Amino acid sequence: MDILTLFIVIPVLTITGIVLAGDIKRVRVVAAVGMALQLILAAVLVILYLSQRRAGNVDEMLFVKDFVWFSTLNIHYTVGVDGISVAMIALTSLVVFAGIFASWEVDFLTKEFFISLILLATGVFGFFISIDLFTMFLFYELAVIPMYLLIGIWGSGPKEYSAMKLTLMLMGASALLLVGILGIYFNSAPDGNRLTFNILEIKNYIIPIQAQRVFFPMTFIGFGVLGALFPFHTWSPDGHSSAPTAVSMLHAGVLMKLGGYGAFRVAIYLMPEAAHELSWIFIILTSISVVYGAFGAIVQKDLKYINAYSSVSHCGLVLFAILMMNKTAMNGAVIQMVSHGLMTALFFALIGMLYGRTHTRLINEMGGLMKVIPFLAVCYVIAGLASLGLPGLSGFVAEMTIFVGAFQHPDLLHRIATIVVVSSIVITAVYILRVIAILLLGPTTNSHFEHLTDARWFEKLSAVTLIGSVAAIGMAPFWLSTMIGSSVQPMIEKILSFKPF
Amino acid sequence: MSLQDFLTMRHELLLTVAAILILILEIFRNPAKKKGIITFSTVVFGLITLIGMIPVPEGILFGGMYVSSQVTTLMKNILNIGVLIVLIQSVTWLSKEENSGKISEYFILVISTLLGIDFMISSSHFLMFYIGIELATIPIAALAAFERYKNKSAEAGIKLILSSALSSGIMLYGLSMIYGTTGTMYFYEVSHLFAGNSLQILAFIFFFSGMAFKISIVPFHLWTADVYEGAPVNITSFLSVISKGAAIFILVIILFGVFPVIMFTWQKTIYVTSILTMTIGNLFAIRQQNLKRFLAFSSISQAGYILLGIIGGNSLGMASIIYYILVYIFSNLGAFGVVAVISNVTGKENIDDYNGLYRTNPRLSLIMTLSLFSLAGIPPVAGFFGKFFLFTAAAQKGFYFLVLIAVLNTIISLYYYLLVVKAMFINKNEDPIARFKSDFPTRFALLICVAGIFFTGFASMIFEYIQNLSFGV
Repeated sequence: MDILTLFIVIPVLTITGIVLAGDIKRVRVVAAVGMALQLILAAVLVILYLSQRRAGNVDEMLFVKDFVWFSTLNIHYTVGVDGISVAMIALTSLVVFAGIFASWEVDFLTKEFFISLILLATGVFGFFISIDLFTMFLFYELAVIPMYLLIGIWGSGPKEYSAMKLTLMLMGASALLLVGILGIYFNSAPDGNRLTFNILEIKNYIIPIQAQRVFFPMTFIGFGVLGALFPFHTWSPDGHSSAPTAVSMLHAGVLMKLGGYGAFRVAIYLMPEAAHELSWIFIILTSISVVYGAFGAIVQKDLKYINAYSSVSHCGLVLFAILMMNKTAMNGAVIQMVSHGLMTALFFALIGMLYGRTHTRLINEMGGLMKVIPFLAVCYVIAGLASLGLPGLSGFVAEMTIFVGAFQHPDLLHRIATIVVVSSIVITAVYILRVIAILLLGPTTNSHFEHLTDARWFEKLSAVTLIGSVAAIGMAPFWLSTMIGSSVQPMIEKILSFKPF
Repeated sequence: MSLQDFLTMRHELLLTVAAILILILEIFRNPAKKKGIITFSTVVFGLITLIGMIPVPEGILFGGMYVSSQVTTLMKNILNIGVLIVLIQSVTWLSKEENSGKISEYFILVISTLLGIDFMISSSHFLMFYIGIELATIPIAALAAFERYKNKSAEAGIKLILSSALSSGIMLYGLSMIYGTTGTMYFYEVSHLFAGNSLQILAFIFFFSGMAFKISIVPFHLWTADVYEGAPVNITSFLSVISKGAAIFILVIILFGVFPVIMFTWQKTIYVTSILTMTIGNLFAIRQQNLKRFLAFSSISQAGYILLGIIGGNSLGMASIIYYILVYIFSNLGAFGVVAVISNVTGKENIDDYNGLYRTNPRLSLIMTLSLFSLAGIPPVAGFFGKFFLFTAAAQKGFYFLVLIAVLNTIISLYYYLLVVKAMFINKNEDPIARFKSDFPTRFALLICVAGIFFTGFASMIFEYIQNLSFGV
């Protein structure tokens, strides 16, 4: 069996193990062991990938395996990875691993919880390793549907409403996506060859421009909804705030990245001409996402809502960077995806831990927590600093690269959009520092909070894993950006070759 | 007739023999031991299903009125599997005391319905087709009124027979016009003599309306919900899966084989009706509380999706329809199976009654969820593949807008399917349906459905096999 298929096999085996496991303790251990294996596998993949590249392998995708599935329609199960997908896989396995420990204390229908959670992870892993549009779409839907149960059963607040809203909006997006994929498929061989779903084959052809004009917006919006593209972002605040901790982590940290990844790899890469023609619409929309999300975060009182709006802003930045369509910005987009994934997962994990102690998520009801629970408080400050882009942490590297890339465009629209988007840095600083000030500093307002206990071992493990990764990217970004850059380069060259002027 | 001819129409002959055997058994069996008939009939039908699968060369009988090809055999086999599941599912219900007096009637009526369906699928002459469709309809009306002491059941029977009679009348009128303009009733000759003049278009419209009644395509769907609600659950599942599937099969065969000349006409007809069918079926399903009515409207909308396979007139479309019906049999019978079990044990049929079902009956809830997800087209279950191929077939001929409407409709359908899932998994209930153990036949039938839901999707050879046999206009 090849290494990439293992990324699906291990979660499936873990799920089987959980089904067979007897009591709650064993369920947790099985889940943790399975996802730890997955994390190790991801590390092995990164090493193998880098050594292959160092050995001079310049194929676009490595470790490609191809099995014919539905031969009459030319549907294959094709897997392969490049630098971008390796980064995404590493991110996913980190977040899932941390997510398991953040949900260590789920005691209601524990078995079902971990099964749904890992099923969701299976979908995400499958999505990132797929080269074939059919399997990609299959895994996309597989990742979306467990969310309904995860939020509906284990969520809090208006969970039924949020779960339904999230599921229907994301499935609505997949409706557009399905039509887009079928459109690509039936235009994938203009010169009469066999139609194909394989991205690596489709990119060699030029899809007729009339078809591109119809299917590019569909595909881009289809993925964009998942990346919280304004005005289709409304599922995100409700969904994230109602979801249980690990699900918020996974969803904001990883699932939203499916949007950016797909928008680049499928929409822009396969239909570059239409992308150049129509990018102005989406640049405007994503700029609104970035600024609107940041402003939204300022006025919220619920910690999860703040973080959800901040995710809208940061993921909007990813889509914005992708639409810049140059190498620097695209590099930044991938680093931002990884960085935001880790950081937001850390945020949600910490919020979950705080909520487990204080039983409130409203910032006005809390205060002076730094004295009581120093470990969690410091972690929260680090996450906040990463989020507002402090040098030395991953957020700085990502945002810096994106803005440098965005400024390379000399025309008016790009300039204005970039300036507007850059202003979000300031707004981000406002809402992050405001939360930290109210929440952590000052005197402890509520006497109930004086006897809170600090993080336990599994909580520390979860937080330290994520902080370590955030700091590692911030301190030594070059190995990551080199890995991504070598894969982005050929894709960007292809996209730029279709630039109209 | 030679042995070869017997083999060619083995489906029909075996069913006739089975019906006669059950009749004889009914006469000579000790009234106290009537329940043995259930086992006997089910096993006999299982054997018929198996024998039907043995490959036999194609053949033409009765001077060209009866055609058996690999496609028709495949369709019959698929329907046989469906009927077998329905029969196994109805064992528990038939074993009840109130039904002890009419066990053999049930089997004879089901078998004669299937006999009619088989003749209908194999027909290549409009009269043969008409006889088949009548034979397939009248017994099912008797079955709908099976619990005749219940008002709703009797009402269902009357509604079904009246609306069927009306639709048959309309269809027969259309057929007479076809005969009047072409001078023949043989499919092959009609397809050559059909020119597409106004009277013939009118004839087609009448024919299509008649078929639309059977498939319950909007605006000919009004009988569906009442009949589905009134009839016993097992009959409802038969109506929604087998009758509907058979009618769609023959519609494909006739549209592709007899009316290719006026393809642009029927494409327009189907374009409009399929959008109406999907949308109206879905919108009405949202408001339903009774699960049988709920599944009735859901099955109306499913018919709308299936029309997407017909509209292109391509062989991929035919393949995806046959495949989808196979998937639909497993999914819908899975859902109806759960409804039937719970209705048999507790008599409850409303969505609210299912609140908190997962806590007491986790397996039944999971099967229900799987079936509903398959109906909604969620991966990795078979419904996803079925829907994907249907949409691909329509997109192949450029009907992207129709595909978009259809996919958006699946989102609406996902909403109300999730309402049931929500009832079972999320809603709290002080007094949920108590935990119970179902008997062997029920479990076995549900197991077949679950296996089918999982296996049919991943096993690509099933779809490829179907596609190799299919043909386009």
